[in-house]
Amino acid sequence: MSETRFSEETIKVVNSIVSRYPEGKQKSALIPVLHIAQAEFGGWLSSDTMDYVASLLEIKPIEVYEVASFYSMFNLKPVGKCLLEVCHTGPCMLNGAEELVSYLERKLGIKSGETTADGMFTIREVECLGSCGTAPMLQCGRDFHENLTNEKVDALLDKLKAEGKQKSYVDQD
Amino acid sequence: MADKIKVTIDGQHIEVEPGTTILNAARQIGGESVPPAMCYYSKLKGSGGKCRTCLVKVSKGSEKDPRPMPKLVASCQTQVMDGMEVENMTSPEVLEARKGVVEMLLINHPLDCPVCDQAGECDLQNLAYEHGAAGTRYEFERRKFNKINIGDKIQLHMTRCILCYRCVYTADQITDGRVHGILNRGDKAEISTYIAQAIDNDFSGNVIDVCPVGALTDKTFRFKNRVWFTKPVDAHRDCENPKCSGKVVLWYKGEEVLRVTGRKDQYGEVESFICNTCRFDKKKTNDWVIEGPRQIEDTSVISSNHYEMEHMLPVVEKDPELMEQNQKMFHKKIQ
Amino acid sequence: MAGKKILLEHIDVPGINTYEVYRKMGGYRSVEKAIKSMSPDDVVEEVKKSGLRGRGGAGFPTGMKWSFLAKPEGRPRYLVCNADESEPGTFKDRYLMEKIPHALIEGMITSSYALGANTSYIYIRGEYFYVLRILEKAIAEAYANGFLGKNILGSGYDLDLYVHPGAGAYICGEETALLESLEGKRGNPRIKPPFPAVAGLYACPTVVNNVETIAAVAPIVNMGGDEYAKIGVGRSTGTKLISAGGHLNRPGVYEIELGVPVEEFIYSDEYCGGIKNGKKLKAVVAGGSSVPILPANLILKTANNEQRLMSYESLADGGFVSGTMLGSGGFIAFDEDSCIVRNTWNFARFYHHESCGQCSPCREGTGWMEKILHRLEYGHGKMSDIDLLVDVSKKIEGNTICPLGDAAAWPVASAIRHFRDEFEWHVNEPKLCLERNYGISQKHEVVM
Repeated sequence: MSETRFSEETIKVVNSIVSRYPEGKQKSALIPVLHIAQAEFGGWLSSDTMDYVASLLEIKPIEVYEVASFYSMFNLKPVGKCLLEVCHTGPCMLNGAEELVSYLERKLGIKSGETTADGMFTIREVECLGSCGTAPMLQCGRDFHENLTNEKVDALLDKLKAEGKQKSYVDQD
Repeated sequence: MADKIKVTIDGQHIEVEPGTTILNAARQIGGESVPPAMCYYSKLKGSGGKCRTCLVKVSKGSEKDPRPMPKLVASCQTQVMDGMEVENMTSPEVLEARKGVVEMLLINHPLDCPVCDQAGECDLQNLAYEHGAAGTRYEFERRKFNKINIGDKIQLHMTRCILCYRCVYTADQITDGRVHGILNRGDKAEISTYIAQAIDNDFSGNVIDVCPVGALTDKTFRFKNRVWFTKPVDAHRDCENPKCSGKVVLWYKGEEVLRVTGRKDQYGEVESFICNTCRFDKKKTNDWVIEGPRQIEDTSVISSNHYEMEHMLPVVEKDPELMEQNQKMFHKKIQ
Repeated sequence: MAGKKILLEHIDVPGINTYEVYRKMGGYRSVEKAIKSMSPDDVVEEVKKSGLRGRGGAGFPTGMKWSFLAKPEGRPRYLVCNADESEPGTFKDRYLMEKIPHALIEGMITSSYALGANTSYIYIRGEYFYVLRILEKAIAEAYANGFLGKNILGSGYDLDLYVHPGAGAYICGEETALLESLEGKRGNPRIKPPFPAVAGLYACPTVVNNVETIAAVAPIVNMGGDEYAKIGVGRSTGTKLISAGGHLNRPGVYEIELGVPVEEFIYSDEYCGGIKNGKKLKAVVAGGSSVPILPANLILKTANNEQRLMSYESLADGGFVSGTMLGSGGFIAFDEDSCIVRNTWNFARFYHHESCGQCSPCREGTGWMEKILHRLEYGHGKMSDIDLLVDVSKKIEGNTICPLGDAAAWPVASAIRHFRDEFEWHVNEPKLCLERNYGISQKHEVVM
């Protein structure tokens, strides 16, 4: 297991993020830096990762835990390489979110909230993603997949399997 | 100095310094009109506003702008204005809202008072008694957490916590390194160190004193005795820690000091914070200079039968001066 | 017949997401006009005259909000854009930022100038991070063309603009929670006062405005506040982006001139094109999940039998007894087969999940309501649950630190107010309602 440490290049990105905020307010960079850390260190935030971020931003580790555990995008436990987050709120529910979840469940052989044995996919139901006009939909990493049908889901899963990963926060393209 | 501000609370007039909150103005009046406070703590900056038990109605904003405030306000956070009129116990709306808050605070509380060390000196117990309803309408499973030890002296019983944040402010402001905080969100929020860690520094024991419920308890006192069977005595010592006042209450059972706490005022707030050495390590009578029996409010279960003449506390009996004090208190009580 | 388009006027122009095309279509004129020929106060004055009201949900007059901004010497002031769009039913800000990012950037520059801010932030919800990239690209273009950075257009005015991501928390759409989050903390709303205009970001005077509000500042400066105020109806001036979803033939984002009849908005082909699958309309949530739901008859006409309009005043006509709110413009239509109990439970689950947990009525009450609604929906409810729900909602409403408590209480109270019979039906005929709601669903083995 490699040491939890950003590359020189990532450190530069972190420093440029810190520079957006006034002197002494580097804690403001916490959420953006946690996003980067999560993307770089396996899709979740271990306590080592969080302690490392705390040391980078010169804040107490508990300040990082408090924040990381508040926001639903931060995973405090490992998840699959591709996290399939299905919106199940109001308008999505009206337009087949539950059917989408059950299709994914049958297709992947896991229940919502679980990860496939090969560690490839996790299904999770989440609250409103702001895509109510294009329901049902899911988010995988950086990308929104909207107006989903079973066929579209098949194609998406095939594509993700072939690529072996989701587009993450640090992908620039 | 700026002129004092006139405010009326439940029909009682008082003049207070500008910047005073409604709650503190009410405390200056005293008595029934003081709103209960489960999260506000005058010695902790930033505390308050969260529990909503101190909600009051502002029926007149001020002399200049007499409009009432549209919603009930947290009296611990709202500053008085000149000519403001506040309704607390006189407002059915306030009482109804407060009853609602108490119900909310209790739906996930374990109600394990019979085995809780805080019983008898619990703010939530008192609040529920004074403002709550007799039954609960909540029929679902209550939130549960495992008990954990945070260090060898303090136990965290999260199931009882009402998330007042006082212990977090204490750790931030009184100790020199906070390692615990509020984790998670909503009704899953909890006090935790995240990865099991001891809260261990010179002043960490104060989190026990500021906790309004039995969520943070003194492991050295755990299940030793019900508080109402112990007898509190004011004492002090010349503590070597410059930040510690050394002014404490010793809780006796017979000749034995069962626990040491800070001195709490009538609103349950400690008068000054004490260090862990005084709290946990000084449990012999000869560690202390005894000042005399602690005066406890007559309404508290702790005061019942305390300073009677027949079964005097050994430390009192040995000292003529303390005997005299005891006698005075006794006579005051039977008057 | 087509209503006036202002924000989305050039939405169909190819390449409008780029600086080049945006500029060619008249973009950044408001910055030039403001910086070269107007004082900051002049800009504030135009916004006041325009009657623009906050497009995030509360509808507070923007010019007035701006005029509250404290201006102490030697302290920075901040403009923060609230792009934390998370109100169920609402997706207009995402659409605008994704399609025409420069509309927001331009609005930010002109508004920052008006407020005297030299550093401004766009706080965008973390889930929108592909949009964050789009904005960052647009910001880089604006820097490259001299609209951001030092000495903008040679005026001596400096402005830096950054995008800041959230990480999944509806509560951060509340402006003080947003500021806490921007400071790298948990999104716990602050106790007010002090308001952000006095002590906001880093305890400095701060204005927080919604994406659409800020974007509207550019056209207001261009055409003048008086001209803008002529658009719309009464105190509902200008245009509004409406996110249309639910059972509609043509869901999506529409820019409407405020005052369009609700009926026209739902049924005309210019807008939503009627209800899906030829069904009838049962109910509408007109302004995002937080606002009271109205049955079809009351959303199309007011209690006084007047045509209901898409405006702040008309939607609110009748108060909460028979009216609702324009809110964020998240317009959700329910067809005749929709289950109101199920939807109310769905929303209650949302608020339970999103409560920050700081104050007791919301922390405990939202979960309680969800549990009761779940029980009702799944056939285990009691008749007394209905009044219990109303009472719990009342115990939350008005008694919390921030408006999330109200937002959680209103959908429940209004659903029972207008559809009590359906709640009763769930108690009396649990099997029938389970069959209706889940009989054809593939997923639910109903957990009894």
